[in-house]
Amino acid sequence: MGTNGRHSAPTVDPLATDRSVASARPGGRWDYAPAPETVKVVVKPSYGHYIGGKWSRAGAGAFATINPATEEPLAIVAQGTEKDVDQAVRAAAKALPAWSGLPARERAKFLFRVARRIQERAREFAVLETMDSGKPIKESRDVDVPLAAAHFFYHAGWADKLAYAFPGRTPRPVGVCGQVIPWNFPLLMAAWKLAPALACGNTCVLKPAETTPLTALRLAEVFDECGVPPGVLNVVTGDGRTGAAIVSHPGVDKVAFTGSTEVGKKIAAAVAARGARLSLELGGKSPHIIFEDASLDQAVEGVIAGIYFNQGEVCCAGSRLFVQESILTEVITRLERRLATLRVGDPMDKNTDVGAINSRDQLDRVSHYVSLGREEGATYHEASATSLPTRGFYCRPCFFSNVQPSHTIAREEIFGPVLSVMSFRTPEEAVTRANNSPYGLAAGIWTDKGSKVFDIAGKLKAGVVWCNTYNKFDPASPFGGYKESGFGREGGLQGLRAYVRLDVPTGRTH
Amino acid sequence: MTGSPPDVMLPRPSVSVDAVMAAQRAAEFTKRSIKKDAKVAGLLMALSMLDLTTLEGKDSVEKVRGLCRKAVRPWDRDEAVLGYRLPSVAAVCVYPALVGTCVEALGPDRRVKIASVATGFPSGQFPLEVRLDDTRRAVADGADEIDMVINRGAFLAGRHDEVADEIREVKRACRREDGSFAHLKVILETGELETLDQVRRASDLAIRAMADVDFETGIPAPGTPDFIKTSTGKVQPAATMPVTLVMLEAIREWHAATGRVVGMKPAGGIRTAKQALHYLVMVNEALGPVRVDGFDGCPWLTPDYFRFGASTLCNDILRQLAWLKSGRYQAGYDFSEA
Repeated sequence: MGTNGRHSAPTVDPLATDRSVASARPGGRWDYAPAPETVKVVVKPSYGHYIGGKWSRAGAGAFATINPATEEPLAIVAQGTEKDVDQAVRAAAKALPAWSGLPARERAKFLFRVARRIQERAREFAVLETMDSGKPIKESRDVDVPLAAAHFFYHAGWADKLAYAFPGRTPRPVGVCGQVIPWNFPLLMAAWKLAPALACGNTCVLKPAETTPLTALRLAEVFDECGVPPGVLNVVTGDGRTGAAIVSHPGVDKVAFTGSTEVGKKIAAAVAARGARLSLELGGKSPHIIFEDASLDQAVEGVIAGIYFNQGEVCCAGSRLFVQESILTEVITRLERRLATLRVGDPMDKNTDVGAINSRDQLDRVSHYVSLGREEGATYHEASATSLPTRGFYCRPCFFSNVQPSHTIAREEIFGPVLSVMSFRTPEEAVTRANNSPYGLAAGIWTDKGSKVFDIAGKLKAGVVWCNTYNKFDPASPFGGYKESGFGREGGLQGLRAYVRLDVPTGRTH
Repeated sequence: MTGSPPDVMLPRPSVSVDAVMAAQRAAEFTKRSIKKDAKVAGLLMALSMLDLTTLEGKDSVEKVRGLCRKAVRPWDRDEAVLGYRLPSVAAVCVYPALVGTCVEALGPDRRVKIASVATGFPSGQFPLEVRLDDTRRAVADGADEIDMVINRGAFLAGRHDEVADEIREVKRACRREDGSFAHLKVILETGELETLDQVRRASDLAIRAMADVDFETGIPAPGTPDFIKTSTGKVQPAATMPVTLVMLEAIREWHAATGRVVGMKPAGGIRTAKQALHYLVMVNEALGPVRVDGFDGCPWLTPDYFRFGASTLCNDILRQLAWLKSGRYQAGYDFSEA
């Protein structure tokens, strides 16, 4: 059969089989043909920073960002120096009075325009995101990009209603926001950071992760295209050194960081020295609790979605599963069967469920935890039929059973498609074990009993508790953590709080 | 597996279904991108799984003869346009009064089966004796398959034993003089059951009741290839993806517990080739990985265990096949009415 869609005679007549009931016979099989995303996106050979409405050149120290699915370089991007960061912060400070002084409805118009433009260029953003991050095109197309647009729409709507958001207080912009974002949802995290900050009248210096700068740079192009005044958004690319320069720059009034707990702690220390505002969205080891009265097929779907979404590279990934002892075997059987239907491979194929791990470093980290899990005596389960591409950073989705709470894989954030399955006997035990973690970002409860949902949800120390569902995101819903998962909320009314000073009518500030 | 009742009971007799997550899962199947060879294979599979149906008060002998002809050879111009002969559909589905016409039109060595709705279709609001007699007559007239409706009144009132008894009675009425059975399809009329919990309960109940007759007759696993079916097509909503998913899950668990294989027939509302492919993706991913003794591959990806109850679907499949071949859509009048 040719590649142009024309076909010759089918090789099998579906009715040519022996239809007698008892005898063995050839049965049905159906394999999906490759379904590559065909939209081509132009990537320039190199990108500089976007500062004060101007594009710089990549300059010294520039490095390549690569496609994790193929290991091919995509473009050269600039390594932001302290000088670059300083320029960006100055540009943001310069733009601040005019931007914060704009009538709120005018600020909103810019954000609405950006949201619309993201929608119009959605396919381009999705393809670029998949190229740079390794996530399946299905997810960048159906989750990342639509949610990014939704965040701009939602916060554009807040701009001229801010005066009513905090009764008795007058919200004022904080100033220049330094925002450092991770590589797991590059465009979406940029939207989470920029939309509320800009709606509240602040200006921003954004640093995308070193492995995934391309969509943030393209977003800067969109801002330019939409006529957002120079300096309102500045994008500086680079590695951790660039991030450190932003965090410690005295001109930055507010630092927002999403990423690892390890880096988050360093940032908190750096910011503590000078009193800038700070919000941190860090790691997690989020628990799922399945009770024996749960709708099991649906609970298993939720667990699968919770851990294998975006290759498990999700801060709120449901990476610990607690199953009531009476249904443990049943759940493991179902997980194994479902695991076998996950399609792992080329993220640019529209039927791929699990794509490539973001970088070789991350793949090594995940592989390290997988071997550690085996060494510590947990039982390893994987979909044996899965063959992985020979090039690119791929990891077989897997889970461990017979995991003890003291095992490393039950305690540390793996940030990969690895699930630890444990059991419990009573609801109290479930809550104790779920809360027994330095993290507290998200949790999932699976039960058909409403009273149990409310009881358990109130006892879990997690910023988000999903009941009979998982990974539901909405710009109107605040997201953030307890304990070492960080502080501050993003999204909703609570998310605005991080980007405003609340003046009381006397003029005193809080 | 012997013919005696299995000592394995379903682990949880009343399985609950979460409607939100079931709908989310069902929607995922519609996201698959089926292209090229896979699309042709899927469309041919769907065509061969069709129960080409006409269930109207105005059905005539002529119309049913035409239906039979189309069932055997869905498109006269297949070889001219596609370059190969299309498969026949799985069955024609008609009212009992027209079974004789089908027997005449399709002949004794028919490859296309004759399915007949019976048991006071579509409401089932008739005395049991009348429903059983309806069934016996259809079988005696030559029906290969009987599509029965359950007693929804009794089911919704919680008289589940009564519903199960009636299904057993109907299946016994499907037994021919030579001891063989006309295959039974139990229509749950899920549009009247409303909740997925009820759909699951009715599926478990129907599957168990049909198997009971296999046990008493000593038919070993995989058992008589009986079906559960969503809808009559006379009630809205008819077949939906979440409902079909829940029924497939019941089938999968029954197989896991007993080794017995039950078929699935969504009916009503599946009008386009694209929808049919969505359903096949669901079968492929919900039941595809299940290994079944005596089968090489997935039994539910064959017409033996999966059917579509539809009429307009047939011509849309033909249109899509022609488009895949030629890059052009045929006009509606290029295909005969089903």
